[in-house]
Amino acid sequence: MNNLIILPILIPLITGVILIFFSKKILAQRWISAISSILTIIAAVLLVNHVYKNGIQTMDVSNWEAPYGITLVSDMLSALLVLTTSVIALAALFYSFKSIGIEREKFYYYPVVNFLLVGVNGAFTTGDIFNLFVFFEVMLMSSYVLMVLGGTKIQLRESIKYILVNVISSALFVIAVAYLYSVVGTLNMAHISVRISEIGNAGIITIIAVLFLIVFGLKGAIFPLYFWLPGSYYAPPAPIMALFGALLTKVGVYSITRTYTLFFYHDAGYTHQLLQILAIMTIIAGVIGAIAYLDIKKIIIYNIIVAVGVILFGVSVLTQESLTGSIFYLIHDMNIKAALFLLVGIIIRITGTSDLDKISGLLHRYPGLGWTFFIAALALAGIPPLSGFAGKLMIVRAGFEVESYVGAGIVLMSSLLVLFSVMKIFIKGFWGAPRAYKGEEDAPVKWLLFGPALLTAFAVLYGVGTEAIYPVISMAAETLANPEIYINAVLKE
Amino acid sequence: MKTNDVILQTVTKFTLFVIILFSIHLFFAGHYYPGGGFIGGLMTSGAIVLLLLAFDIKTVKAILPIDYIKVIAIGLLFSIGTGAGALILDMPFLTHAFTYVDLPLLGKTSLHTAVLFDTGVFLVVIGVTMTIIQTIGESE
Repeated sequence: MNNLIILPILIPLITGVILIFFSKKILAQRWISAISSILTIIAAVLLVNHVYKNGIQTMDVSNWEAPYGITLVSDMLSALLVLTTSVIALAALFYSFKSIGIEREKFYYYPVVNFLLVGVNGAFTTGDIFNLFVFFEVMLMSSYVLMVLGGTKIQLRESIKYILVNVISSALFVIAVAYLYSVVGTLNMAHISVRISEIGNAGIITIIAVLFLIVFGLKGAIFPLYFWLPGSYYAPPAPIMALFGALLTKVGVYSITRTYTLFFYHDAGYTHQLLQILAIMTIIAGVIGAIAYLDIKKIIIYNIIVAVGVILFGVSVLTQESLTGSIFYLIHDMNIKAALFLLVGIIIRITGTSDLDKISGLLHRYPGLGWTFFIAALALAGIPPLSGFAGKLMIVRAGFEVESYVGAGIVLMSSLLVLFSVMKIFIKGFWGAPRAYKGEEDAPVKWLLFGPALLTAFAVLYGVGTEAIYPVISMAAETLANPEIYINAVLKE
Repeated sequence: MKTNDVILQTVTKFTLFVIILFSIHLFFAGHYYPGGGFIGGLMTSGAIVLLLLAFDIKTVKAILPIDYIKVIAIGLLFSIGTGAGALILDMPFLTHAFTYVDLPLLGKTSLHTAVLFDTGVFLVVIGVTMTIIQTIGESE
C-alpha cells in the first residue's frame, strides 16, 4: 500500500474543484493551477524514485483487496508517463496564461484542464480494466469541453465529429470489457492476465484482443481509425492542441501497449502480426499527410500519427529491446509533440496564419523561437544525440533482429521524411525575407517561449542522458516483457 | 398565451415538501436499503424542476438564489475530502470508517463516513441536473 500513487491523480482533482470557486478571479486561477502542477510534478518525481528503488507500487482503493476491489498500480512505465504528463501540463499551462484569452479562462478553462489531467494520470495508473474506462471517460469529457470552449465555427463543427467518434468508441469499449468479463470473470488487469493464461490460446480471446485494438485504436489514432484526428485536433487553440496531441492519443497507445503485453500475448502470431501491419500502415499514412500539407498545424498533427505507428511497431515486435525502444520513444514523443505544438502556436500568434506560403523570415526577428524550433524538429526526427534517436534505434534494431525488414525499413525511411516535413517549416517559415505581420508587436513571444523551451531542453537532456536514463526505461520494459512481475506485485502471490 | 395553472401551483406548494422529505429519507435509507445520494439528489432536483414548471425560472431564482455550479464544487469537495481523509490516517484512498453510537431519541445508531461521501454525491447530482435544466430552459 502506498498513497503516493494517488497523489498525481488527487492533486489535479482537488485543484480542479477549488478552481471552480475562483471562476471569475483569473489571477488566482493562474496561481493555483501553476502551484498545483508543480506539486504534481514533485509527487510524480517522488513516485518514479520510489518505484525505481522498491519495485512496482500498488494501492487497493477503499482497502478492498485485489482482485476484488479497484487497484491502482504504478509500475515504471506508468510512473514515467505520469511524470511526463505533469511536465507537459505545466508547460501548456504557462503558455495558456498569456494566450488562451480571458473569455476562456472565465469559463472554467483551468478546472477542465485539471480534470483532463485527472483522467490521463488515472488511465496511466489504474490496474483495473473497467476503471480504465472510467478514467478514459473523465479524460474525454474534459476534452469535449476543451474542444468546444470558445465556440468558434470550426470548433463547433469538429466537436460534433469528435464527440460522435468518441461516444461510439466508448460504447465499444464497454462492450469489449463486458465481453472480456464474461470470459474471464474478473476486471483486475493482473487477475485477467492470470485467467487468460489458464485458458490458453483460445479463439475468443483473440477476438476480444482485436476488439480492444479497435477501441484503443480509435482513441490512439492508428490506421485506418485515425480519420477523425487531423480535423479535430486542428480546431482548438495551441495549448489545448498540445495537451491533446501529447496526451490523449498516447493514452490510447499506452492502453494498447498494456493490454497487448499483459493480456493478449498468447496468440502473438495473429494479434501482434495484425498490430504490426496496422502500425506500418499508420506510419505510411502519417508520413504522406505530413509531407503533403503546407499548413504548419496539419504537418505536426500528421506527425502524431507517424509516431503512434512507430511506437506500436515496437510493441508488436514484442521483444525486451523493442519494448524498451517503444517506451523511450513514447516519452520522447509526448514531450516533443507538446513542444512543437506550442512552438507552432507561437508562430501562428505572430503571423496570424498557419499557411506556410504566407510565412517567411521569422528567424531575423525571433532567433530564440527559430533555434528552439530547429532543435525540436531535429529531436522529432531522431537526429543523435537528441531524444528521438535512442528509441528509434532500438525499435529498428529489434525489428531487424526478428527479421521484420519491411517494418524496420519503413520506420527508418519515415524518420527521413519526418525530418523533411518539419524542415520544410523551418526553411519556408524561418528563412527568406522577413515580413511584417499584423498584430505581431503585442505577441508575448518571450513568455510563450518558456513552455516549449523547457520541453525542448528536456528533449536535449533526455537524448544526451540516454545512458543514465536507460536503466529506468529498461526496468519499465522488463515489466512489460515479463507479465508475471506485474501479476506478482498486484496479487502478492 | 397565459395559461391558468393555479391548480398546479397550489399542488406544487404542498407536494414540494413531501418530495423533498421523501428524498432525504431515501438518501439516509441508502446505506442499508435501496436509495442513496444519487437517487436522493435526483429526487430533490425533481422537486425543484416541478417548481420550475409550476412557476418560472425568475421566480425560482428568487426563491433559491443558488449558483448550481458551486453546488457541484461543494459536493465534490465533500466526496474527495472524505476520500482524502483516509490518507491522513495512512490508509488507502477512500477507506471508510464507522462506529456505533447511542444517540438520545434515536437509540443505537451507526455513524459512517460513507454518509459524508454520499452527501457529496447528493449535492453533485443536484448541481449537475439543475445546471443542465437551467441552461436548456434559459435559451427559450
